[in-house]
Amino acid sequence: MFDTLSENLGSIFDRLTRRGALSEAQVEEALGEIRKALLEADVALPVVRSFIDQVRPLAVGSNVLKSVTPGQQVIKIVNDALIDMLGAPAPLKFDAVPPVVMMMVGLQGSGKTTSTGKLAKFITETEKRKVLMASLDTQRPAAMQQLAVLGEQTGIQTLPIVDGQAPVDIAKRAVQAGKLGGFDVVMLDTAGRTNADEALMAEMAAIEKAAAPTETLLVADSLTGQEAVNIAAQFAARVTLSGILLTRADGDGRGGAALSMRYVTGVPIKFLGVGEAIDKLELFDPQRLANRILGMGDVVGLVERAAETMDAEKAEKIAARMKKGQFTLDDMAAQLKQMQAMGGMSGVLGMLPSSLLGGGKMKKQLAALDMDERELLRQAAIVSSMTRGERDNPKLMNASRKRRVAGGSGTSVQDVNKVLKMHRQMADMMKKMGKGGLANMMGGLTGSMGGNMGANMEGGSMPQMPSLDPNNLPDLSKLGGDAPADFLKGLGLPNSGPKKK
Amino acid sequence: MSLWSRLKSGLSRSSEALGNSLSGLMGGKKLSAETLGELEDALIMADLGVATAAIITDNLRARRDLAELDDGALRAALAGEIAALLEPVESTFSVSSHQPHVILLAGVNGAGKTTTIGKLAKKFQAEGKTVMLAACDTFRAAASEQLQGWGARAKVRGIAGAAGADAAGLAFQALEQAQADKIDVLMIDTAGRLQSNDNLMAELSKIIRVAKKLDATAPHESLLILDATTGQNAIAQAEAFLGAAQTTGLIMTKLDGTARGGGLVPIAQKLALPIYFIGVGEQADDLQVFSANGFARALVGLEEEAG
Ligand SMILES: Nc1nc2c(ncn2[C@@H]2O[C@H](COP(=O)(O)OP(=O)(O)OP(=O)(O)O)[C@@H](O)[C@H]2O)c(=O)[nH]1
Ligand SMILES: [Mg+2]
Repeated sequence: MFDTLSENLGSIFDRLTRRGALSEAQVEEALGEIRKALLEADVALPVVRSFIDQVRPLAVGSNVLKSVTPGQQVIKIVNDALIDMLGAPAPLKFDAVPPVVMMMVGLQGSGKTTSTGKLAKFITETEKRKVLMASLDTQRPAAMQQLAVLGEQTGIQTLPIVDGQAPVDIAKRAVQAGKLGGFDVVMLDTAGRTNADEALMAEMAAIEKAAAPTETLLVADSLTGQEAVNIAAQFAARVTLSGILLTRADGDGRGGAALSMRYVTGVPIKFLGVGEAIDKLELFDPQRLANRILGMGDVVGLVERAAETMDAEKAEKIAARMKKGQFTLDDMAAQLKQMQAMGGMSGVLGMLPSSLLGGGKMKKQLAALDMDERELLRQAAIVSSMTRGERDNPKLMNASRKRRVAGGSGTSVQDVNKVLKMHRQMADMMKKMGKGGLANMMGGLTGSMGGNMGANMEGGSMPQMPSLDPNNLPDLSKLGGDAPADFLKGLGLPNSGPKKK
Repeated sequence: MSLWSRLKSGLSRSSEALGNSLSGLMGGKKLSAETLGELEDALIMADLGVATAAIITDNLRARRDLAELDDGALRAALAGEIAALLEPVESTFSVSSHQPHVILLAGVNGAGKTTTIGKLAKKFQAEGKTVMLAACDTFRAAASEQLQGWGARAKVRGIAGAAGADAAGLAFQALEQAQADKIDVLMIDTAGRLQSNDNLMAELSKIIRVAKKLDATAPHESLLILDATTGQNAIAQAEAFLGAAQTTGLIMTKLDGTARGGGLVPIAQKLALPIYFIGVGEQADDLQVFSANGFARALVGLEEEAG
């Protein structure tokens, strides 16, 4: 799970010299890793092939610049090509005589109805347009009620349900109601259909003909596998798609289907659904998705989540102490609490590039520390049953003290040992990051990324790859001292994390 | 349309591409390293994943009679390799006489949990069992209306709570009711959740804990519903639900689409979870018993074996 491209490339390039042009053989080996990474990220094979063919000539013979490692160089090339292929985000089109019709299509269970509600809310709020929603789903039980409920929740009007009406007729009624009611936008939520179902595919084309939509969005699950190319191509063959909305982008999927679908349809990816709540809709950002597909984590998402949940003051204190190489049990307790608030260790780790954590091994170690809420409470109880002195210096904890703490916290000595061990492991890691310098520990490949990430986060900008610009490369040797602070910030403890909006 | 032909038309449609790419690459010639490579690619395109595709291809490569295999024989051999990985997990679904036999259904959003409950309800009903449904998706809009709709179709009773009600509390209430009414099968529908959301996964664990308060043996089955369209994330789903919902078996839906559901193979290899049914459509009858051999053969574009 945590094997990532940067790790694998790192190990290939570790054996290589650090200067000069990349040879064909080196590039081939790297491209093999990239192929594998893309496939594991669910990019469809034909698209992977085409992508690799595009990258190969760019990589062969490209000069490895001073103070850039070959790994960085290749990742930079791949990353740029990926961003390029994912395409720029495009705004919704409203250039039609109102009501502007928007039609949502896709497979069963891809998230059309929820996305219809989200988009309607988005358009109402950011575009200040009056929206009418209509469900054309006569197929699934209670599909129409679902949209009606979303309408009630958002205060957006929905077309009254008339039982027994066919989807094409509902579409016509919706457009008519949109005209008469002075609506700017009419959103049509259609039933889910598989591209293998000819009757339903024909029905979709008929709806399009009747409603003449300005936007026809393919709503697709970002967890889709290899079949994404065929699904997208077959929908595009029957209606004129104007964009793609990817749902479930808040999951831990790598989202390669996005590339597949964008590649075969050529239409822009416009939105990402990032949660079940009605406001969890984001504009597509190719940079972030590229990072994710390459297994470099969604650091921006992490920082945003951190910004929502963290206790900035406490974080600042811990960061400051860590800079001095101190990491007490109290710090640990505070940090674990923080992490829990952000969706637990696995939630945090899922978004972090494993390169930042020095590779999969450490990530796995950290993941093993994950715990449920009750356990966390128990640990908090253990820590608070210790004396001030014990908390600052856990070495004091001998057998009798452990028994006392176990008794005081209603736990067992074993539990106490577990907490102490966890603290040791975490303190160890922090120390490594502080002393050896991030760069040493993680290898040249990822060092600058890790360092730069922290720097970027403070400004709230994207952790893209500007560090690879030779003029812009951070001095790796300087990273050591600041690294733990940056690392902590990455884990959700910055006081200057970008607030959304 | 018979169930088999329905299944096959779904599966063979889905395996057309794989079948085609196989016949394309065979063209009568003897197998070379190159054609084996293409074979591996075809498996990758069926979502088996890079690692599993490599294992299956390597197994084929190791066969001594490789050079003698013609197109049909190679397909059969390939199906055989896949079936061998799936056979250990091909399992018969059974309902114990314990009342109520509690079945929990979980999975990511839109996987097909509620629809599958509707299908199972009809099946159990037809077997003469009394069935009750618990609408524990109190989150998604109109989720309980949807389940009630299925309940009405199958003429079985549903227990629903208010929107936003505590799912575990509702499950408790439903189980209490099912016990009092001596119901044979209680199916608990849960809200869709992404396995990366720890809080929602913990809620599943809570539903189980709460059910155990009334019946220490419950749930008797915890089914994970997987969508055949899902790619490599299906493996992460299976792992996470196994942890939080103590999954005892799998059902894969949407095999009537063009996706091949090859993700089941690495899951079978890794987790050895029983696979019970496949969903092949939106209607109540569109549920098929999972057959390792049938699945594997359909995956490579072969007919059902005679006899
Ligand atoms: N083609 C096809 N569609 C299916 C199958 N199973 C379910 N569906 C459809 O998939 C969509 C989602 O199904 P649901 O049963 O609502 O899924 P769910 O997992 O309960 O969804 P949430 O509760 O929203 O998470 C619906 O449109 C179903 O009709 C299947 O085997 N084939
Ligand atoms: Mg449901």
